[in-house]
Amino acid sequence: MQDSDNDLDISHLARLAQLALDEDAANAARSQLSNIINMIDDMQKVDTEGVEPMAHPLDATARLRRDEVTERVDVEHFQDGAPDTADGYYLVPRVVE
Amino acid sequence: MTAPTIKQLHQALVQGQFSARELAQHYLSGIESHEDLNSFISVDTESALARAQAADELFANNSANLLTGIPLGMKDIFCAQGTTTTCASNMLRHFVAPYDATVVEQLNDQQTVTLGKTNMDEFAMGSSNENSAFGAVKNPWDTTCVPGGSSGGSAAAVAAGLVPVATGTDTGGSIRQPAAFCGITGLKPTYGRVSRYGMVAFASSLDQGGAFARHAEDAGLLFAAMSGFDPRDSTSAQREDTWVKDLMNGGLATLDTSLTIGLPKEYFAASMESGIGEALDGLAKQLEQAGHTLIEVSLPHTEAAVAAYYVIAGAEASTNLSRYDGVRFGHRCENPTSLEDLYTRSRSEGFGEEVKRRILTGTYALSVGYFDAYYLKAQKIRRLISSDFMAAFDNADVLLTPTTPAPAFKLGSLTKDPVAMYAQDVFTVPTSLAGLPALSMPCGQVGGMPVGAQLIGQPFREDVLLGLANQYQAMSDWHLQLPGTVHPGPAGVTS
Repeated sequence: MQDSDNDLDISHLARLAQLALDEDAANAARSQLSNIINMIDDMQKVDTEGVEPMAHPLDATARLRRDEVTERVDVEHFQDGAPDTADGYYLVPRVVE
Repeated sequence: MTAPTIKQLHQALVQGQFSARELAQHYLSGIESHEDLNSFISVDTESALARAQAADELFANNSANLLTGIPLGMKDIFCAQGTTTTCASNMLRHFVAPYDATVVEQLNDQQTVTLGKTNMDEFAMGSSNENSAFGAVKNPWDTTCVPGGSSGGSAAAVAAGLVPVATGTDTGGSIRQPAAFCGITGLKPTYGRVSRYGMVAFASSLDQGGAFARHAEDAGLLFAAMSGFDPRDSTSAQREDTWVKDLMNGGLATLDTSLTIGLPKEYFAASMESGIGEALDGLAKQLEQAGHTLIEVSLPHTEAAVAAYYVIAGAEASTNLSRYDGVRFGHRCENPTSLEDLYTRSRSEGFGEEVKRRILTGTYALSVGYFDAYYLKAQKIRRLISSDFMAAFDNADVLLTPTTPAPAFKLGSLTKDPVAMYAQDVFTVPTSLAGLPALSMPCGQVGGMPVGAQLIGQPFREDVLLGLANQYQAMSDWHLQLPGTVHPGPAGVTS
């Protein structure tokens, strides 16, 4: 799919994945990801004309249940491990000035 | 007796040769004296001894079952209230789950005694257990070699006699490959058999919990306790296999010696160290002599499996791991200047290199313009691989293959080359893509290191895999070979 290592826009991918890579890490990631992409490009050799994609092994589908409240509400308990909370809310840096 | 079975331990507990508390203490001392293997991330002595005490009360009331008081190692991917569940990641280094995984609940219900949480590759991503924020695990057969991954801590702990059984998870071989490298038995059940509720997600269409033990029957006993329908897991299988209950209550049933065993030619033709091929041939001959029939089968799309697997697993991982945002739980960076800074720095500090690599691979495969060429293509290949297996099962009851192309490799030897590392999974990922059950058992040695044979079964026929492994273990002693680094079993247990 890619023509060369340089075509791989690693900073764009990192931004999509919300990861920050310094220059060394970006260079290493670019070269390793290029090798990985070369490996996965092998898939193109396989003739998949007319083959139905398989999302789940054994074609399992997600089961539906009745639309009833089943969850346990215990904000204090579940927020116990949160980095920063107040009055049952999760705190993050100010988004709107 | 250095490798007692669960039944032997149970008998000794019933007869009062030692208490469950003494048994727990015996294994805890082994974990302590073998800290150099780094097979455990955390050990909870206090809670283990409290559980053992409760087990002893059941023995006193004659209400104990086979697993009561049996010590075990729990892979640190299963959420357990009151202890950390780190997934071997700095992202979750201090994470204490607010609930128990279904597997944890099920094993607690059996009154097993969890001694601690075992080491693993970060978020179960790896084939060597070198990608752990808590350091690499060493192979007890040769401490300069890897134990395999991602469930390397569980495999090394069972091989070294630090626990009789341990849980694991297998996404592309993470139970079978470490079982092979450490010379023990490992079972990856059919997708949907063991609940994923409370099991930290890596690739949700592939992840499956399973069991490690030295003896096939013990892997079966642990598997039976862990399996069953769970309404809290949306892909949990609704099955009524009576043999699972029979197994849990009494052990493995005797299996007929009239199976047709398929040998996939692609697996044997693939570049393998000759020693592995010889060990497999020896095993196949023994099974034939026992009365089974061997036939050659073909799985023509095997070669494309690693590529399809790394696309699908990467795509699902990049999606699953987007939940680690530094907001609700897990690591948060210091003094974030904006929401974006909070997300990006928390994730960059929390995730290790391999995890980032897989997220980037998945992000690439799912990104605009590449979706059809990668993700959809991989899903089509997944269908072809699954169809290959189903066609093979028209003629064969079970398939026999090597578990890995070579025995355990040296620590550090593949860390710089992710693609070479991924290629190690060539014999295990096809089964994962198809969701089939598979078991690895020791069947020889090459250069003093164990060799694993893989049995692949039809959906929900773990009984055939366990039965056949049990049969083989009755006529061989590879599973009883012990590594140089081993903790002796409890005194007073007789076989």
